[in-house]
Amino acid sequence: MSTTSKRMRTLVATGAIGTTMALMLAGCGARAGDETAAGGASPAASCVDTSGSTVKLGFLNSLTGGMAISEKTVSNVLHMAADEINAGGGILGKKIEYVQEDGATDWPTFAEKTEKLLTQDCVAAIFGGWTSSSRKAVKPVVEKHNGLFFYPVQYEGLESSPNIYYTGATTNQQIIPAMDFLAAQGVKRLFLAGSDYVFPRTANAIIKLYAAKLGIEIVGEEYVPLDKDDWTSQVAKIVAAKPDFIFNTINGSSNVGFIKAYYDAGLTAATTPIISVSIAEEEAPAMGHEVTGQYASWNYFQSLKTPTNPKFIENWKKYPNSSGVTSDPMEAAYISMYLYKALVEAAGSFDVAKVNAAAKTNTITFDAPEGKVTLDGDNHHISKPGHIGKINATNQFDIVWASDKVIEPDPYLEGYDWFPADIRKQLTDAAG
Amino acid sequence: MTKPKPWLSLSGIGVFAVLLLAVAPLVLTDHWLNNLGKYCCWAIAAVGIGLAWGRGGMLVMGQGVFFALGAYAMAMHLTLETAGDRIPGFMVLYDPLAPLPMFWEPFRSAGFTLLAIVLLPVLLAGLLGYALFKRRVKGAYFAILTQALAVALATLISSTIRETGGDTGLSDFKYFFGFVLNDPANKLMVYLIAAALLIVCLLAVWQLYRSRFGELLVATRDAEERVRFLGYDPANVKLVAFVVSALMASIGGAMFVPIVGIITPAEIGAAASVLMIAGVALGGRASLFGPALGAMAVGWGQSSLGSTWPEGWTYILGLLFIVVILFLPNGLSSLPARFAAARRRPAEQPAPAIAVAELEEVRS
Repeated sequence: MSTTSKRMRTLVATGAIGTTMALMLAGCGARAGDETAAGGASPAASCVDTSGSTVKLGFLNSLTGGMAISEKTVSNVLHMAADEINAGGGILGKKIEYVQEDGATDWPTFAEKTEKLLTQDCVAAIFGGWTSSSRKAVKPVVEKHNGLFFYPVQYEGLESSPNIYYTGATTNQQIIPAMDFLAAQGVKRLFLAGSDYVFPRTANAIIKLYAAKLGIEIVGEEYVPLDKDDWTSQVAKIVAAKPDFIFNTINGSSNVGFIKAYYDAGLTAATTPIISVSIAEEEAPAMGHEVTGQYASWNYFQSLKTPTNPKFIENWKKYPNSSGVTSDPMEAAYISMYLYKALVEAAGSFDVAKVNAAAKTNTITFDAPEGKVTLDGDNHHISKPGHIGKINATNQFDIVWASDKVIEPDPYLEGYDWFPADIRKQLTDAAG
Repeated sequence: MTKPKPWLSLSGIGVFAVLLLAVAPLVLTDHWLNNLGKYCCWAIAAVGIGLAWGRGGMLVMGQGVFFALGAYAMAMHLTLETAGDRIPGFMVLYDPLAPLPMFWEPFRSAGFTLLAIVLLPVLLAGLLGYALFKRRVKGAYFAILTQALAVALATLISSTIRETGGDTGLSDFKYFFGFVLNDPANKLMVYLIAAALLIVCLLAVWQLYRSRFGELLVATRDAEERVRFLGYDPANVKLVAFVVSALMASIGGAMFVPIVGIITPAEIGAAASVLMIAGVALGGRASLFGPALGAMAVGWGQSSLGSTWPEGWTYILGLLFIVVILFLPNGLSSLPARFAAARRRPAEQPAPAIAVAELEEVRS
């Protein structure tokens, strides 16, 4: 007994010593409230070195896991854009040298790799991401290290960061045009189906607010986790609710299960059409003829007739490992690389503060495959044309609606009186 | 198997402590030190798995559940600390007008949070263990049950996006109990706390293994009925080991949050729980250092090989796992002893103690 208690004493003592040692070191760190005094708000000096003949950039997408099927295309088109820019002489005369990292469809991995790219590889900017969850994992890390992140996928808006540039659509460039289209079609009863994560939940919160203004009744709302494909019981609820239209915010392969359950339940494009915000040229073939006649809201379609689109499609078809079709997210990723080039050349520097200053003082534009886009230097989003397409028998989209001019980005929906001001204030406050 | 001398293990812990607490902060970059901190968190959970599985014979396939209790308790506190008087930003996004969920409220208190990190896993593992061990649930049934719990909890978190952050998880923590997390000095402190806790856990199991309880635990693993006939209740012995392993998983989870800066259901679900087991098996589940070193090696492989060869690294891990299970049932840490034994008695192979024990378990 006595030896045991003696041993226990040694144990407790050692533990206490270790913990005390750790806590003693804490003496030098900044406490809440004195961020400005010590380190807190001022990130460590950047280790980016562009004195040589190259500039290092980081590419971060899921090359493994459930999102790999979509994100590999984005990653691949980033390589294509970098190759094109290098063939044209690089950025500020420096060739792009890229470091590819795998986010592995795991949000903490996105955070870890962002930190690695910024502090170990010392890249000047990071390109990539797809899901909003991955962006939300990257955001605090790029902000902490004062890096730059270019995010290429349409998303739910209500966000802005001095360290992120968004080249996909925000809600007023995709969701709101889709709702306007539905209202014009005379839709009165709408059903919301989405994956259970941040984008569909937030998009549907906005859709419900706007639907009330448009006089469209939301007759149901169903969510299924991203990695689940069985939609049978949810589709039964859709059949029972008898909507005029279904607003689909399902992401990834779960769409295949949804469309299958939809057809098995006897629903068709003629009776209960679907408008999607995540089904593009890449995804449509996986769903075969069953998706023909359905709608999608995007800014870019392969079928768009713009001056730069034919060349973009041609280059992509020739590119190694290319999927052969072009789509909105990959086009936005392509834009992001050229936008960065334009920004750096306007700033005359790769320095983050100078790039951000150049965004505010210059009009940065790019003749993108979707049409000419212009950067808003204040909210770091770009202007975009709105388009609604209808899927035809070749899994391409026939354009059935286009916005009469490019839509300026409005991530916090400040120009829309139906979006409650107190919610906007809460969100901007929470964003700090 | 010859028993290693206790002072040898203790000085081993000493060397490990010096490496982690003194050498690593001096030689590693901030990024790799932070990664090492993350591996330490997995290693803390792994030490517990070593106790429950390696010594106790309970294949705990759902340690993610207890990892989650610690991690989410910590993450809720840090989220509230960052939000201040406001409702956390992600909640506003999904349902702008609803108040803070009731169960979040107590996590405003630092004291309650620390208490929860310790008490929640102890209570849950205590209840669960009592119900299972008293009914003599063991072997594959126990393993499947714990695994199912991890799947259920991950699904529950994914589907309650407004209450728990869902699949996106909780992230963007600015403060750690009043310390600014962005400050490198504070990051170092958080790392040192995790490393120190790992050393404390190693000391705790070192002490347990050489105590009478440690002997009873191994006896229960190898011949539960005999232990019962000797007048002990094996259920109580297993319960203690299970509760301690749950507590360690929770501590690992709690430290994971300030170090990694994000927690999601993927880190606590079935795959994550199995990966924890994989590290322990690789290292050597019944040894003192095997579980911790194995977990750290798997973590390092994920960061390092996952970078250079993303598509290939899981195959390497799988292959290594198969090789170890087939040829080295006591893990990589049994290699030195094997070599020594082979040199002494070239003809005789050391008995695979655990394999025999498990065979008996399957038979019973």
